[in-house]
Amino acid sequence: MTRETAVPLHEMISGAKEEILTEWIKNQLSDKSRSKGVPEASLRNSSSEFIRLFEEAITKGNVDDIEKPEWEEMRHMLAELSATRASQGSTPSDTAKFIFSLKEPLFARLTPEKGQGNTEASAAVWQLSLLLDKLGLYTAETFQRTREAIIRRQQKEMLEMSTPVIKVWDGVVAVPLIGTLDSARTQIVMETLLQKIVDTGSRIAILDITGVPTVDTQTAQHLMKTVSATRLMGAECIISGIRPQIAQTIVHLGIDINDIVTKATMADAIKEALARGGWSFERHLESV
Amino acid sequence: MDRIPILKIGDVLLVTIQVDFHDRIAIALLEDLSEKIVDNSAKGVLIDISALEMVDSFMGRILGNISKTAKLLDCHCVLVGMQPAIAITITELGITLPGIYTALTAEDGMKLLTDMVKSKTNGKTSAKKQEAKWR
Repeated sequence: MTRETAVPLHEMISGAKEEILTEWIKNQLSDKSRSKGVPEASLRNSSSEFIRLFEEAITKGNVDDIEKPEWEEMRHMLAELSATRASQGSTPSDTAKFIFSLKEPLFARLTPEKGQGNTEASAAVWQLSLLLDKLGLYTAETFQRTREAIIRRQQKEMLEMSTPVIKVWDGVVAVPLIGTLDSARTQIVMETLLQKIVDTGSRIAILDITGVPTVDTQTAQHLMKTVSATRLMGAECIISGIRPQIAQTIVHLGIDINDIVTKATMADAIKEALARGGWSFERHLESV
Repeated sequence: MDRIPILKIGDVLLVTIQVDFHDRIAIALLEDLSEKIVDNSAKGVLIDISALEMVDSFMGRILGNISKTAKLLDCHCVLVGMQPAIAITITELGITLPGIYTALTAEDGMKLLTDMVKSKTNGKTSAKKQEAKWR
């Protein structure tokens, strides 16, 4: 919706640019609720930058759609602003408020020029209001997108970090599982474990579930999958770290894991693995 | 038509799959292998699939059938060198390979087979013990 106003918006803005800017900055600085994290200098800078780009984009004639190429520079600037403000500790509403606060000095220019109740003036107010709303929301959106990207990255890192495969002894690897065992985790555990088995030529893999908070049918299913994949590779799996409650849950649920070797603790599992590998140990008490 | 060679080493037959293992070759291998087992009165089969990079449900079934057939002919079947991706695919497809023995490398597999064959000739009980140790 583009309605022609008698005095084009951009002319009005460029005519009173300095006035609007000073008033805007004054308003922002006097605002008590303003976030203290943003220094005055950077506020002045970003305000004048915003007005400059705003004028530029409006002069090009497009006042409805900020997705258009005319607004490219503005979008870029807002994305940067949103990111720096977020790192300075501002909330997304603070950043959006920064843009919404331009309405006051801007509208103040519109109405006296054209008089109260002027339809043209109100049309211009409406148009500008819509535009500034869009720009404000854009900063909030960018903020959210940046945060989501961070969350996704951290999630991925956590997944990768939470599944270390440890070489315990020649031919023995162990995976201490920590956290809930869902299908995505199982997939990563399987991949890293099987690769490690190939790399180290291990015959025995120990899956330690001490850090798995609960075991339900699905978790058990995932464990069984890992065990059978390991078997297909030609290695044997021992499940260790089964807490008493978990043992009871497994029995209650009627999950059949009869053909899997299970041990109460990791130590027992390592002992068993070494014994199978033909290792034996002796403790010399006199040297203690 | 391409056929996978079956090599005889003592009591054991050795199969290495190095070509594109498509359905027709797989069926031919199953037929050839069962005939060879009977002809040579082989006691064990070692199948090396380290070069196999892709597997589907049909391949999984064929591998299972090979081991079942071998078992019927009183012959142990050991699968060696399975790639991690193949192992994951087979489990995700829900294919179980009952009665099949697996080993990480051809060397391990050969040792396992000769142990099993040896203990079988020595007597039934020790064979069971041997199997229990490996399962």
